[in-house]
Amino acid sequence: MPSAPNLDPQPRSATAAFFAGVGAAWSSVLAYVLIGTYVGIAALAHDFGFSLWWVVASTVLVWAGPAQVILISALGAGATPLETALAVGLSSARLLPMVISLLPLIKTPQTRGRELVLPAHLTAISMWIESLRLLPTWPRATRIPFANGLGVGFMLAAQAGTVLGFYLAAALPPILTAGLLFLTPMSFLISTTRNCRLASDWLALALGVVLGPVLAAWQVGLDLLWTGIVAGTVAYGVGRLRRARP
Amino acid sequence: MSGELHAYALLLLVGFLPNQIWRMLGLLVAREIDENSEFFVWARAVAIAVLAGVIAKIILLPPGTLASVPLSIRLGAIACGFAAFLALRRSVFAGVAAGEVVLMLGALAHGI
Repeated sequence: MPSAPNLDPQPRSATAAFFAGVGAAWSSVLAYVLIGTYVGIAALAHDFGFSLWWVVASTVLVWAGPAQVILISALGAGATPLETALAVGLSSARLLPMVISLLPLIKTPQTRGRELVLPAHLTAISMWIESLRLLPTWPRATRIPFANGLGVGFMLAAQAGTVLGFYLAAALPPILTAGLLFLTPMSFLISTTRNCRLASDWLALALGVVLGPVLAAWQVGLDLLWTGIVAGTVAYGVGRLRRARP
Repeated sequence: MSGELHAYALLLLVGFLPNQIWRMLGLLVAREIDENSEFFVWARAVAIAVLAGVIAKIILLPPGTLASVPLSIRLGAIACGFAAFLALRRSVFAGVAAGEVVLMLGALAHGI
């Protein structure tokens, strides 16, 4: 598997960059992880009685696997709309630091705010991981269409999985659905590790793995956002001290 | 038909909106941030730590049928997958495949 597409010093057209992004998505392991993950999500939605078009629309509009699992199970189990909205909102707090650490990589001084709405909407764990890895090899002027292509490519993979899972729902044995659910943590752990370069990256990863479950077990509200702020700030501080040393 | 409309209204109000608010907040902040600023380096560390927390939470407090696989098998599978990734020229595919094989064989041996 190629680790990065070939470097092209010539600026390309926006259309070429967009389709290169779609291609990069499909040559990433994460596209196949998304297919598997959304087979599982669609099977869940099917069992709760949602229509295929509803699940497809939820992937376009929500575009966050964990939030969709919560949305489908909560509505399917008869939770109130307010409870469901709170649970979805709490699970999606990670999108805030992800968008903040992605958009500055793709904007230029000339970029208008509305050009950043689509990349912000397409930001999800898969797209964020591959953007951080691949964007530095692209000329800045073509980074927005490239990032959009990555996001759209990954979303197409998720939709393929959704259709597949919806029709396979009844035929999936539990051992396979357990394997599909395991795809997310396994692939995200490895691809995040591959992206770690700075000392603060490594430390943030290690501290987050420990602190996340601890705060969840203590039932702290917004546990993931606090994990990020505490572990991320300590990691940043240590990294900055190391940089300051001669 | 009104039931179907109701389902789409719920999707917008309790699925789309509470999720999207974080992305739009991020957009507002990111517009003012430079790639070389200290705030950007900090936000990157925060995002990695959140993701690490998500990964650990799924392994320790898993959803759905993954919960029926014992914790020892889940931890063994993630360790094997990680080791395979490091050993086999940092191949993401090899790591994911190795982790999945260990998890499914473990689950099979456990009678799931």
